[in-house]
Amino acid sequence: MAKLTIAQALNQALESALTEDPAVIILGEDVGRDGGVFRITDGLFEKFGGERVIDTPLAESGIVGTSVGLAMAGMKPVAEIQFFGFIYETMDQIASQAARVRFRSLGRYSAPMVIRAPFGGGVKAPEIHSDSLEALFTHTPGIKVVTPSNPYDAKGLLLSAIDDPDPVLFLEPMRLYRAFRDEVPEEAYRIPLGKANVVREGTDVTLIGWGPSMALILAAADELVAQYDVSPEVIDLRTLTPLDEETLVASVQKTQRAVVVHEAVRTSGFGGELAAVIQEKAFLYLEAPVLRVTGYDTPYPMTMFEDLWLPDTSQVITAALASVRF
Amino acid sequence: MTDGMEMFPLIQRLDEEGKLVGELGFLSVADLRETYETMRFLRTFDERAWNLQRQGVIGTYAPFKGQEAAQMGAVAALNESDWLVPTYRDWAASYLRGVPMEHGLFFSKGHPSLGDIPTGKQVLPAQVVIAAQTLHGVGVAWATKLRHEAAATVVTFGDGATSQGDFHEAMNFASVLEVPLIFFCENNQWAISVPLSQQMHAETIAQRSIAYGIEGYRVDGNDYIAVANLMKELTERVRAGEGPFLVEAVTYRLGAHTTADDPGKYRASEEEDLWIRRDPLLRLETWLRGEGQLSDDDVVAIDAESERKVEEILANFHEALDISPLVLFDNVYAEVPTGLASQRAQFEARVKEMGA
Repeated sequence: MAKLTIAQALNQALESALTEDPAVIILGEDVGRDGGVFRITDGLFEKFGGERVIDTPLAESGIVGTSVGLAMAGMKPVAEIQFFGFIYETMDQIASQAARVRFRSLGRYSAPMVIRAPFGGGVKAPEIHSDSLEALFTHTPGIKVVTPSNPYDAKGLLLSAIDDPDPVLFLEPMRLYRAFRDEVPEEAYRIPLGKANVVREGTDVTLIGWGPSMALILAAADELVAQYDVSPEVIDLRTLTPLDEETLVASVQKTQRAVVVHEAVRTSGFGGELAAVIQEKAFLYLEAPVLRVTGYDTPYPMTMFEDLWLPDTSQVITAALASVRF
Repeated sequence: MTDGMEMFPLIQRLDEEGKLVGELGFLSVADLRETYETMRFLRTFDERAWNLQRQGVIGTYAPFKGQEAAQMGAVAALNESDWLVPTYRDWAASYLRGVPMEHGLFFSKGHPSLGDIPTGKQVLPAQVVIAAQTLHGVGVAWATKLRHEAAATVVTFGDGATSQGDFHEAMNFASVLEVPLIFFCENNQWAISVPLSQQMHAETIAQRSIAYGIEGYRVDGNDYIAVANLMKELTERVRAGEGPFLVEAVTYRLGAHTTADDPGKYRASEEEDLWIRRDPLLRLETWLRGEGQLSDDDVVAIDAESERKVEEILANFHEALDISPLVLFDNVYAEVPTGLASQRAQFEARVKEMGA
């Protein structure tokens, strides 16, 4: 089996979707000849042509707004937003339009479309290129929010997102695009949306994350076992909306402790929502407060201070130990 | 400064006095007699809807009085494979494309069926966010182009919408992608309380087309014959692969923006009087009477029929009010997710408790 990066796995998924379904088209800034600024759509323009892999004018609201119309009229657009920070430009077309088509029309219309965007920090990018804004969309009914953390999930989740009858925001951890390789089957396969993955079973504390944070969590888990004799259970949510409460709650009921990790700023971050769900559903099991390892409540920092600002493995370990020793 | 008025002269076939100053084109006298009946019914409905808000039967309503000819003309040449992408004031246009008139009342009632367009009718739900639908129109037209369908899409919007970024992104996307779309602006001169002169520095909306390298037209929006004929020509051209086009239909909102404002506060009654004389309904009536196609008795009969149809709409509206509040949860996603299902169950218990 071939060992692929996340970038290659996503490329394979897109190629497979374009091959399987003539209604699928890819649109966005530089997604054609250039293959996207991260080369995720590399080679697809050459293979499928300019009618199906389209370099659009430079306008995010235009990309998503036309995708809504395309989807309502029976196409399956896969739109790329070059960096997640630019999503503000198209908030109305996502939150007030794509996410509400089914609701507004009582099911007569739907907007099956995927909005892909690289997200997260750690690559020394300019301002507005590294923000983690997923909570804006977990706060928006009608859209699903999906984020892979490894090559295998990247391919299987993206294919499911493209199949999905509802709009899906698909967030790709930017700094993990080429960070490591995994075995990825050549053929098309699907990983169901709405199902979290228990990446590592353990008994002492549940570490919860998604996307770029999973790399920190997994490194922290190794060290917790090796250095501190703590057995962490690790959950990769994979889909934030709809949330797999069952897996989450079952795990916390077992370990009785939970730490949530995300790069997004702390206040009103998705970690707060998870803490609320856990205390609602597993209050009497808890031996410690649910802890959060997150970005600070500042705008995303200038890159000189990026590494200081971002959550790191040592913070995850500290939080896990604080939970276990509470 | 660009002389937009000169570059885009007002296209007119039936003048303010009800005098034919051009050809009937593809329309027959019988067509126009029928158009008059429909327009009179639409006026009756619109005025009744206003009163229904005053009586507390429905909530905020945005009247289209004065814009009937523009809306009817916009869709006059569309067929079953074409699409209409309307804004929230376009109940006349949507009605002619097969959306029952009670949807206008649903919209103001906040009834969940407001966007439940009948199957097979290619009309999008009324859009509230100004200019958001212009991009949807581009997407719909683009889809028909990708599938090589010979279909025209008409997206309607007001003059205020031309200030929005989405409108300009839509004009740009549409022209770059060469999609079979007609941007149809109902320039009713007022965006709530702000006149067009404060909305833009250009003389006309039609001239916006120049910047996007497409053809633009300025038509008398209160002249059904002119609007319908222009749209006949342009829909045929977009179906043949030309386009997109921008049409500015110059009209006037004879009423308020919605039932929630009083135009007396922001515009002069002299201006309103001027436009009352340009009323599209009056104009058509004058011409039909002159042609011997309409008598006082006919008008009485048309009014009676209009009233009967409005009563029918009201009966349908009242009948539809019996709808389960649980529909709120059933159309957020194709399948109700587990977490939402438990909220749905809580809501259902609350509905029972409240006896709703």
